[in-house]
Amino acid sequence: MANVHQFDVVVVGAGGAGLMAGLYASRGAKTAVISKLYPTRSHTGAAQGGISAALGNYEEDKPEWHTYDTVKGSDYLGDQDAIEFMTNEAIDAVLELEHMGLPFDRTPEGRISQRPFGGHTNNVTGKPVRRACHAADRTGHMILQTLYQQCLKNNVTFFDEYQVLDFLIVNGKAAGVVAVQLATGELHTFHAKAVIFATGGHGRIFEVTSNAYAYTGDGAAVLLRRGLPLEDMEFFQFHPTGIYKLGILITEGVRGEGGVLINGKGERFMPKYAPTVKDLASRDVVSRAIYTEIREGRGVNGRNYVYLDVRPESVIKYAAQDGRTNPDGTPYTITGEQVLAKLPDIIDFCRVYLGVDPLTQMMPIQPTAHYTMGGIPTNKYGEVVIDDKNTIFPGLYAAGECACVSVHGANRLGTNSLLDLVVFGKHAGLKAAEYANKADFEKLPDDAEAGARSQFEALRKGSGKENAFDISNEMKKVMFDDVGIYRSEKGMKDALEKVRGLKERFTQVRVTDTGKIFNTEMLNAWELGNMLEVAEIITECALNRKESRGGHSREDYPERDDKNWLKHTLVWKKDGKTVIDYKPVVITKYQPKARVY
Amino acid sequence: MQVTLKIFRYNPEVDKKWHYETYDLDVDEKERILDLLELVKGHHDGTLSFRRSCAHGVCGSDAMRINGRNMLACKTLVRDVGDKITVEPLLGLKVIKDLIVDMEPFFDNYKKVLPYFINESPLPADGKERLQSPEQRARFDETTKCILCAACTTSCPSFWASDDYLGPAALVTAHRFIFDSRDEAASERLHIVSETSGLARCHTVFNCTMACPREIQITKAIGELKMATLTGKVD
Repeated sequence: MANVHQFDVVVVGAGGAGLMAGLYASRGAKTAVISKLYPTRSHTGAAQGGISAALGNYEEDKPEWHTYDTVKGSDYLGDQDAIEFMTNEAIDAVLELEHMGLPFDRTPEGRISQRPFGGHTNNVTGKPVRRACHAADRTGHMILQTLYQQCLKNNVTFFDEYQVLDFLIVNGKAAGVVAVQLATGELHTFHAKAVIFATGGHGRIFEVTSNAYAYTGDGAAVLLRRGLPLEDMEFFQFHPTGIYKLGILITEGVRGEGGVLINGKGERFMPKYAPTVKDLASRDVVSRAIYTEIREGRGVNGRNYVYLDVRPESVIKYAAQDGRTNPDGTPYTITGEQVLAKLPDIIDFCRVYLGVDPLTQMMPIQPTAHYTMGGIPTNKYGEVVIDDKNTIFPGLYAAGECACVSVHGANRLGTNSLLDLVVFGKHAGLKAAEYANKADFEKLPDDAEAGARSQFEALRKGSGKENAFDISNEMKKVMFDDVGIYRSEKGMKDALEKVRGLKERFTQVRVTDTGKIFNTEMLNAWELGNMLEVAEIITECALNRKESRGGHSREDYPERDDKNWLKHTLVWKKDGKTVIDYKPVVITKYQPKARVY
Repeated sequence: MQVTLKIFRYNPEVDKKWHYETYDLDVDEKERILDLLELVKGHHDGTLSFRRSCAHGVCGSDAMRINGRNMLACKTLVRDVGDKITVEPLLGLKVIKDLIVDMEPFFDNYKKVLPYFINESPLPADGKERLQSPEQRARFDETTKCILCAACTTSCPSFWASDDYLGPAALVTAHRFIFDSRDEAASERLHIVSETSGLARCHTVFNCTMACPREIQITKAIGELKMATLTGKVD
């Protein structure tokens, strides 16, 4: 084996969670971060609206309110001990980012500026509270850049453009990963005491998505193949406001700044669905409201989209109706110039992709596949746990969107993803370094690359009768149509059959590029295999859960059923068969009750 | 609509020399050039290689020359460039395969300007944020937008002449920190950018400003750096 590297800790993925993990692990142990992209290309950079922390820079706020809002947002499926841990760490986490140089927008007093967001409330009045700390509509970009810069400052070792293919287990412990260097096609074995997965989500299994091409569920699929479980895979978030057809994200910050949703009849419809916070309800609630409007014939021109209106005159009109005020008590107003300053990228996207100017026209939007709530089960320190008793898998960690702590439960609150990756990335890094300093290297298997090599070989041997691009498109369509916002037994059974058929057809795909240098055809085919794996698991878990909760809305089981379903799903692949089990939800202070916004 | 897409092709494991291949496609005028590349890769030639990720102009993976100008393939629509489209790799960086170039010299230059926040003074006693007024924050807003796509640097004749020139993107990064009121390493960075491989190589051609997909006023930012090195003042 020519290409063997030895590190105490190996981090897979270089988005916000991976960089934070790398930064913290490298302070205590010899650490490498490997990523299939250059780190600054990671999808954290696409996050827009903000990162939440109860700083109270404009008005009263407290971590307990943040906790309750997150529990309620999760539709009571989030583990309350982990949520409390995260919201208590939030203030220090945001301040640490500022101390690292992150250019947050500022209040007139020079403090970090905050804006309202969906589901963020003053728990006494029920009204929206300014909790999302922001840098225009580029908060994720600033976090990604800042963390990458700090990693450079601290001499973190990077392996850029290396795709992880396999996870090595020896004596029941983590022993490293195998990856392919894209520039050469060579396999590399990273021998490690501790491995941290921070590989992001899998939104690319859906037709309309805000997610990057890179979001193909690699971490989840790699661990599933090695016999590890995944948690709550049926829960996927559809963000209410994606650009019509393209799915490009339009931040909730637009509604935070006063934008409203308008149906095809020109009516503002959210007050019907969420009388108190209206357009700033939780994402699952707003996405369902949009779909309901469309289904009942109130889409624009009878089509499957509605409008998002942030024209200053509309914002001022509706703010007056709502009695919205500035922190000093004066009526809330906004100018076109201010909209442009607060939401520059959104304005740019609409102008470029739609030819629509949001300052004078309404934006056509539809819900878009956005965030993976489920994933690799971990505890609040990022340690991967593998059963209903939360037994720790020695040396394996996960953080960020690929992980399921679970702080998001059945529906994630806006801005909690950036908080999640900073808080749990840090703790996974700390724990992994601590573990590595006490552990020994496991001896590598004789042919560590065998598993990775056989996966690639299979992709070269197909008959070539099938085309990967077509299979991918068919998967995306059926997943969006039948395992999307609204789900039913019939639709999902059809979808499952379809996806299984696609998996079968996938075995007939042949990669035509026989080269080694940047064989992106091979890479894309391998990623498609991961997506099919994940799509099948999601559909099976969604069929299994016979209730509606958060992002999982079943037409045949429209109510939440706490008696039977207040529990996490755990799912394994054993001998090619899907095995489902459960684990309890941790409830500390907040007993489940009806969820009204 | 019918478009003719001409793509620069080079596979180092097969080809002695680069060449172009032409594809006739039936596409919508609102499709991105990236969508067309995906279509060619999916249905015509799986070996076509290019980088991409976010597909909406924020990750910086897919900068390339489209009809002779540096653009992001995911932020350029068919209707922006017409029905005769030529796609080529960025200039000034070694072509590895098709539209993929060697980004290492670009990132090496980025790393030369101390591209990270430096402030070794004690944190505020209350442990909270370092204060910065909205005006101080606005001073460097423009240069925080950079996504390191290299469209600017690879449009610059000085960089084509020699890749030891730091190039516009690295200078933009230097600007982002030098004009941040909280940062304490302005003089070190000004020293770095005023060396022979730095500001002196900028001849105000404006190619970088024209190429930037984030619409950063790069030439202006470089002008501010030049002024700061002359006056020794950052304001």
